[in-house]
Amino acid sequence: MKGDSYIDRSSRTLTLYAVLFLIVLYLPILFLPLFSFNDSIYIAFPLQGFTTAWYAQMWENPQMWAALGNSVKVGMATAVISTALGVFAAKAITRYRLPGQGPLVGFMMLPLVVPLIILGVAILILMSRLGVPLSLYTVTLGHLLICTPFAIATLIPRFEGLDPSLEEASADLGENIWWTFWRVTFPVVYPGIIASLLLTFTISFDEFIVAFFLAGTEQTLPIYIWNQLRFPRELPKVLALASVILLVSFVVVFLSLWLTNRGNRTLVQPGKDQ
Amino acid sequence: MTQDAYIRIENVTKRFGSFTALGDVSMDIREGEFFSLLGASGCGKTTLLRLLAGFESPTEGEIYLDGDPISGVPPNHRPVNMVFQSYAIFPHLDVRDNIAYGLRKRKLPKARRDEMVDEMLHLIKLPDYGDRRANQLSGGQRQRVALARALILRPKVLLLDEPLGALDKNLREQMQLELRQIQRTVGITFVFVTHDQEEALTLSDRMAVMARGKPLQIDTPEALYERPANREVAEFIGSMNFFEGRVTQADGQGVDLDVAALGRIAAPDGAGGLSPGQRVALAIRPEKIALSDTRPERGHAVRGRIQNAAYLGERSHYYVQLDGIEAPVAVSANNSAPVRHVPEAGEVWLSWPDEAMRVLAE
Amino acid sequence: MADIAEPAQAQQAARPARRGRGANGRLFYRHERLRGYGLLMPALLFMAAGILIPFGILVTMSFWTQTGFDIDTSFTLDNYAKAFEQPVYQTLILRSLYMSGAATVATVLLCYPIAYFVAFHVHRGKMLWLILLTLPFWTSYLLRVFAWKTVLGYNGVINSALMSVGLIDQPLEFLLYSQSAVIITLAHAWAPFAILPIYVSLEKIDRSLLEAATDLGDGPWRRFLRVTLPLSAPGIIAATLLIFIPTVGDYITPALLGGPDGVMIGNMIQMQFGRINDWPMGATLAIIMMICVAIVALTVIVGTSRLKARAS
Repeated sequence: MKGDSYIDRSSRTLTLYAVLFLIVLYLPILFLPLFSFNDSIYIAFPLQGFTTAWYAQMWENPQMWAALGNSVKVGMATAVISTALGVFAAKAITRYRLPGQGPLVGFMMLPLVVPLIILGVAILILMSRLGVPLSLYTVTLGHLLICTPFAIATLIPRFEGLDPSLEEASADLGENIWWTFWRVTFPVVYPGIIASLLLTFTISFDEFIVAFFLAGTEQTLPIYIWNQLRFPRELPKVLALASVILLVSFVVVFLSLWLTNRGNRTLVQPGKDQ
Repeated sequence: MTQDAYIRIENVTKRFGSFTALGDVSMDIREGEFFSLLGASGCGKTTLLRLLAGFESPTEGEIYLDGDPISGVPPNHRPVNMVFQSYAIFPHLDVRDNIAYGLRKRKLPKARRDEMVDEMLHLIKLPDYGDRRANQLSGGQRQRVALARALILRPKVLLLDEPLGALDKNLREQMQLELRQIQRTVGITFVFVTHDQEEALTLSDRMAVMARGKPLQIDTPEALYERPANREVAEFIGSMNFFEGRVTQADGQGVDLDVAALGRIAAPDGAGGLSPGQRVALAIRPEKIALSDTRPERGHAVRGRIQNAAYLGERSHYYVQLDGIEAPVAVSANNSAPVRHVPEAGEVWLSWPDEAMRVLAE
Repeated sequence: MADIAEPAQAQQAARPARRGRGANGRLFYRHERLRGYGLLMPALLFMAAGILIPFGILVTMSFWTQTGFDIDTSFTLDNYAKAFEQPVYQTLILRSLYMSGAATVATVLLCYPIAYFVAFHVHRGKMLWLILLTLPFWTSYLLRVFAWKTVLGYNGVINSALMSVGLIDQPLEFLLYSQSAVIITLAHAWAPFAILPIYVSLEKIDRSLLEAATDLGDGPWRRFLRVTLPLSAPGIIAATLLIFIPTVGDYITPALLGGPDGVMIGNMIQMQFGRINDWPMGATLAIIMMICVAIVALTVIVGTSRLKARAS
């Protein structure tokens, strides 16, 4: 076993540090669900008793539902469009060696390293100069710029695992490009596509910085939460909402990351008898 | 050229940018034969195969299959199928679905399709592997599935791109036999690309030795081995001793040579057309040279000193230094012959018959 | 010999399209390239339009001026002059650089051991560790920052916990609304961005190099300093930039946790587009911020490559 070698042998200090690190990483977030069940409008110890009242109140808030609906709409549109763009781009990047490809891809990845506030205000200015009213569409536009690089980055490893001779084999066996895509390319890369859809949806669903500048009268869920934060009375309800969102996000992202990793592994390690 | 050309490759040139992968290649392949393209990497053999499959189209020239030009036909409309070097087994499908992949367009009833797949599974000796996935198969099993997947379509020609390259030695030898067996059973024309000369010699009815985008010689394995057309072919296939020399006299039947270390020697003019004064190489296979302590009575003989000996089980290899040339002469002696005493070092006589010599123009 | 070398070369030969690209473009390539560009185009055009046009107009607007509710579109450098004359802008920019710099250094220092741990000491369930470590990053940034507010707040988790066990009588005020609150929160929120690149660079290190160093007499610490650390430098640099660049412009964390002392340039830019309603000034500040970030990033990149050059 690798674990027995001199270099890789385990260190107790490091393991302890790692466990502490995980605890610190998750603990602050875990206070949200903890206090969402606390029967007090103050977020403070000692706990005052268990209640689900905040969830009930949150559930009955029509504004919250409207904001949720908006976020889902924006998230789905963003996920589908950015993943579609990502599929073509990832295929082009992995399959062809194009002159200038490196800089072009680097350019497309820019939104990953540009402060989002700049992206937000730049699009805001453009929209206002063009006379386009702010709406969910402008939010979607901003989110597409953020999510497309993520979609491409998620899909590239999957397409890299796609042996080009698979598509040639399909052509050789009589299928044209469309059938080849449908019968070979898509089934092989589809875990990547699902992962990309889930990730981009989550990013869009949680995104606040850009949405804040680009949303019109219709709020997305993070903007709704931001506005609620000003009212201390609303805080417990926000905690309840936040807990639900966190739970759903965790599940969705865990699934998609797991899918990506597992999918890539089955491609990378062929030939083992089981 | 002959009437029986099934695939006719006519003056085909293929260039990739400034790189000429194939330069004015003409070649005929006959119906039902096992034809190999043999050469080192970069010789153009794979390019030629991909031209036949339709993944590339010729820059110049035309390829005819069964009389029809096929250059403009895309790969999915060619009655030609391929076994890929990486096998390209679809990872998301099981073995049955892989094998049946190309049958979609035939619109066969399910029962008929299953029957055909079963036949194929039987042919490749994997009857119980139908529901396995690609990642549950060994290299040899994948190779068979790739074969079945192509053969089920009954192509006019089956192309094989180094299909045995990834297998270990024992499995490779077993698969060679099976491949030959399958080819005889189905009777389909096989075009087989390999860099392994032994494999090509074992499998082929005929083969082309290729280098620098051109065939050097196209012939049966035996003819290529026994009567190489030039020094390059002789070097590529098997091992060979070359003695540099010059033609002193030629009469169409035989030639007189002046060869370093051997002196004046008369040899048959195998390829013909040699003329006095021409520089030539006299080629002799190591296994055609005999070693002895005393000068044999017949044949050509020369004296040398054993420099090195290697015991290889059924054979032994000796490297014998001659006066007047630098490179030692390789001799391969069959150890199953009646035991002879060969000194580990010291003086020996090398001898060989007339017909062991092949004179090749430089 | 030849048999061993062949498969790799044969694979190259199997894709002759990738070979012999020289002088002028040739038909086949152009064909193949066109298809490639065709596939790349939708994403590329969209991203190009979505990045270049807004940035162009952002730069343009920084040379305009706000007059009441209208925008005067005549060219002027007034905004830039104002940005350099009024100390508040300089203070905010320097403070932003300092705060995200501190957060970046803290994050990288704290995350390096974790990346090292996963790369070298986790043998089973590496994937699970990586997912666990990066999972929080994918959840709402806003909520994570908000979570810290509940932790550090005046009546927050720490204060109320300390008070209820009787360690303190009064809430600790320095916890919330301070620069350190912002730095802690940023470091926490961006941890996954540090772990991943460092992990990747550590994972790439050939284990036999470490064994060689040990074999040549280095103990664990020397080996780490002389082999592991230099080889993981690319990951450290990537992590530094990936955290520093986006955090300089953050405005959520300072707004929720910073208080008056913790306000950053992002908040000022946001106010210019909001309450203050001076868009050209906001655009100017955004551009100055980008330039500062670019200068710092370039300094980091050039500095480290100099160091590397000197070392070798």
